[in-house]
Amino acid sequence: MGTHKVDVAVVGTGPGGYVAAIRCAQLGLSVAAVEDDRPGGVCLNWGCIPTKALLRNAEVVGLFGRAAEFGIKLSGFEADYAEAIRRSRRVADRMAKGVEFLFKKNKIALIPGRGRLKSRTLVEVVTSAGTEAVEARQIILATGSEPKSLPGVVIDEQSVISSNGAVRLERAPKSLIIVGAGAVGMEFADIYAAYGVQVTLVEALPRILPLEDEEVSSQLARFFSRRGVAIRTGVKVRTVKTANNGVTVEVEADGKAERLEAEQVLMAVGRGAKVKDLGLEALGVTLERGSVKVSPRMETSVGGLYAIGDMAGPPLLAHKAMAEGVVAAEAIAGQEPRPIDYGNVPSCTYCRPQVASIGRTEAQARAGVSEVTVGRFPFSANGKAVAMGEAEGFLKVVADKATGEILGVHIVGPEATELIHEFAVGRTLEATLEELIHTIHAHPTLSEVALEATLGALGQAIHI
Amino acid sequence: MAITKVVMPKLSEAMETGKVIKWIKKEGDRVEGGEIIAEIETDKADIELEAFGAGVLRKIVVPAGERASVGGLIAVIAEPADDIGSVLAVAPGAGGPPPAPTPPTPPVSAAPVPKPITPPPPPARPTPLPAAGGPQPVAGGPPIPVPGAVGPVRGDRVKASPLAKKIAAQSGVDLRLVQGSGPGGRIVRRDVQAAMGSQPALAPAAISHPGTHAPGVGARPGYPPGVEYQDVRLSSIRAAIARQMPLAKGPVPHFYLTREIAMDRAWELREELNALEGQPKISVTDMTVKACALALTEHPEVNASFQGDTIRVHYRVHIGLAVALDEGLITPVLRNCEGKSLAQIAVEGRDLVERARARRLRAPELSGATFSVSNLGMFAMDEFSAIINPPEGAILAVGAVKVVPVVEDGRIGTGRRMKVTLSCDHRVMDGAMGARFLQDLTQFLEEPLRLLV
Repeated sequence: MGTHKVDVAVVGTGPGGYVAAIRCAQLGLSVAAVEDDRPGGVCLNWGCIPTKALLRNAEVVGLFGRAAEFGIKLSGFEADYAEAIRRSRRVADRMAKGVEFLFKKNKIALIPGRGRLKSRTLVEVVTSAGTEAVEARQIILATGSEPKSLPGVVIDEQSVISSNGAVRLERAPKSLIIVGAGAVGMEFADIYAAYGVQVTLVEALPRILPLEDEEVSSQLARFFSRRGVAIRTGVKVRTVKTANNGVTVEVEADGKAERLEAEQVLMAVGRGAKVKDLGLEALGVTLERGSVKVSPRMETSVGGLYAIGDMAGPPLLAHKAMAEGVVAAEAIAGQEPRPIDYGNVPSCTYCRPQVASIGRTEAQARAGVSEVTVGRFPFSANGKAVAMGEAEGFLKVVADKATGEILGVHIVGPEATELIHEFAVGRTLEATLEELIHTIHAHPTLSEVALEATLGALGQAIHI
Repeated sequence: MAITKVVMPKLSEAMETGKVIKWIKKEGDRVEGGEIIAEIETDKADIELEAFGAGVLRKIVVPAGERASVGGLIAVIAEPADDIGSVLAVAPGAGGPPPAPTPPTPPVSAAPVPKPITPPPPPARPTPLPAAGGPQPVAGGPPIPVPGAVGPVRGDRVKASPLAKKIAAQSGVDLRLVQGSGPGGRIVRRDVQAAMGSQPALAPAAISHPGTHAPGVGARPGYPPGVEYQDVRLSSIRAAIARQMPLAKGPVPHFYLTREIAMDRAWELREELNALEGQPKISVTDMTVKACALALTEHPEVNASFQGDTIRVHYRVHIGLAVALDEGLITPVLRNCEGKSLAQIAVEGRDLVERARARRLRAPELSGATFSVSNLGMFAMDEFSAIINPPEGAILAVGAVKVVPVVEDGRIGTGRRMKVTLSCDHRVMDGAMGARFLQDLTQFLEEPLRLLV
């Protein structure tokens, strides 16, 4: 059994943990990172990155399906789902290697194994070869989250799968029920539907992507229905039963019981913080709604012990975890990190068309105290979008009427997840509608939709 | 050599114009940086105007006796060889709008020296300084903190976010007086909102609002025959109150807690203290302020400000003392009460009140309170409710000390009692928090030796 002595131990190397580790090293601290999977965490290995590879496959398949639209004659084509999965693994492997390289470059010791706190300054690591110990002046916990299920529903990763299984299984089912129409549910609906799977989306809340603006949800629902995805909202799942050749899901819709059947069920009902078996109870670390409670400096209720990312509470997003990793590292290095503005975290869903948003929805803004002005612009009136053949969707700017403050922006449409950042920067700088309209946007670009919607909020839209 | 523009300083949010009382320097005089060049009358105080740049007082734009709007050019300091034509060309002169920031002119022009110079005008209506019996006339309704200079005046260019600029323009906050908290000192939205809280709140009056008459009104014998009424022009303080009161009472959800305090022992102690030679005279208000300071130190949740996403709990206790003037209420601020002895509070409090009457307060003395005390005891009010002065979270309204029948051990006797009412901002605190504060306040006054230790 070896003991490592370092300034900082980081438990978990997902986007929060590896960024925290690198930032600590940049600030001159010695760092050991503990990881029981590959570096990069769920995001890089089993979440964001492989699903983006699969979604790209789905997009390409979709384009092949539209070949005639572009004057390309195909005498049939075959989309190999197994190969799509294998491609996504290659992408994930490459990115994970990138993190390993960054660790080496920054002289971060990577200790494979499962970390557990023995004290405020000691992490015990159970490795395949035995037990090691990391003694650190400060510890950053970044253990992430795992898929949740519903009461009584067991995820066997065969018939009833989670996103963990979905990114691994090389065979697509003939039919699939996806429980939960959040970002994960929508993305897998997109992927599977592109490969010809009969998909049924089941959501307990009244609309898909329930956290997004209502208008976005209803438009997206129309696009998905048109592609043959069955959408059932306001439906509660009661039981999920596995039989020989499929799964039966008993649901309750409008007070009536109903049975849905499919070859597989994908549970996408959210993720829960991984806070068990870490030794948190013994140290008296305070939890709040199942996550570790942290200060704006990411310190837990135990001084010198930090927690970041999914385990430290919502929103469960990789980019929020990375930002928290930087804050924790800088706080440990004695700097005064700027606290995170949780009201200005972009939210992105990478289905087709993409969905992105920042700030308040129109309904939330209207419920506030100030008078609201709204500008909308459809991609169908944007030259670049029409030329690309991706003219579905719209961009909506919600602003304070008196000051022009940008309260929220909601996009459904091509490259929405890229377009949102103009508004993220604008909000950080406290730009108002006027600064945006006086910023010349290149023509033709999708970004012109941002300009036009902003003009619209001021009643000055040109192209509509 | 640099050309220095001398502009009308802004000393409070309420201030829109100022009057040049007299020019100390004449055109052609050489002035050094920091030298007094003029006397300015504002709505709150008369101040000396200091030259920020050295040179020759080349041009007096606004002559003595005339008014200029805040920020308006009133004089130019430059070397004899400098061409000041361009500066004068944009000068609107007296009463005109403030000049647009002109890039090439360097540093800040002039700033007020916070040194009062006007002799105290005799109070139109002598306010009774209480004898041993009555409370000190720190009184009137709720306080009017007059927005003072928040930060140093910087150059012409103000580093502020577009949103901060818009909100400032709409709410009348002078960005040149705001300290930025963003990267590199950039003024962002929260800074302007904080300034709105601490600056403007020119305000409110008590719900019952005795003691403040506009000059010229009131029971005066011998009305002119055949005249039905008279329209009295608002004093600048009254105008500020009219403007700001709805912004205090409206958005701040008030609740009120009233409590009777046995003042017998405090009364005795005060008489003993005031019998000591060479010691400052202590008033009931002084004791109340001291008790508030002690109780606020124990209950910082009452010494707190609502700021949207957060509640700012103040470590220092700065108490606004409501003072009734004929023109309206103002609230000078007694700072750092948490560290002051009763004698210090008495001496410094009296000095503030006297200078408030004489309108000789410095701008910074009119802002930054974390809590206020308003005493209408000298008007024999039993009790009243005051309006909170945002961003403060609470205000204590103090009634008269009266000899009343009391029941003790089943017998009716007499005792000195005082009623206090705490107005609380419900966004900052709940009833129990205010009640616990009042409980401790009562204990400090009922066991008044605690005020001395």
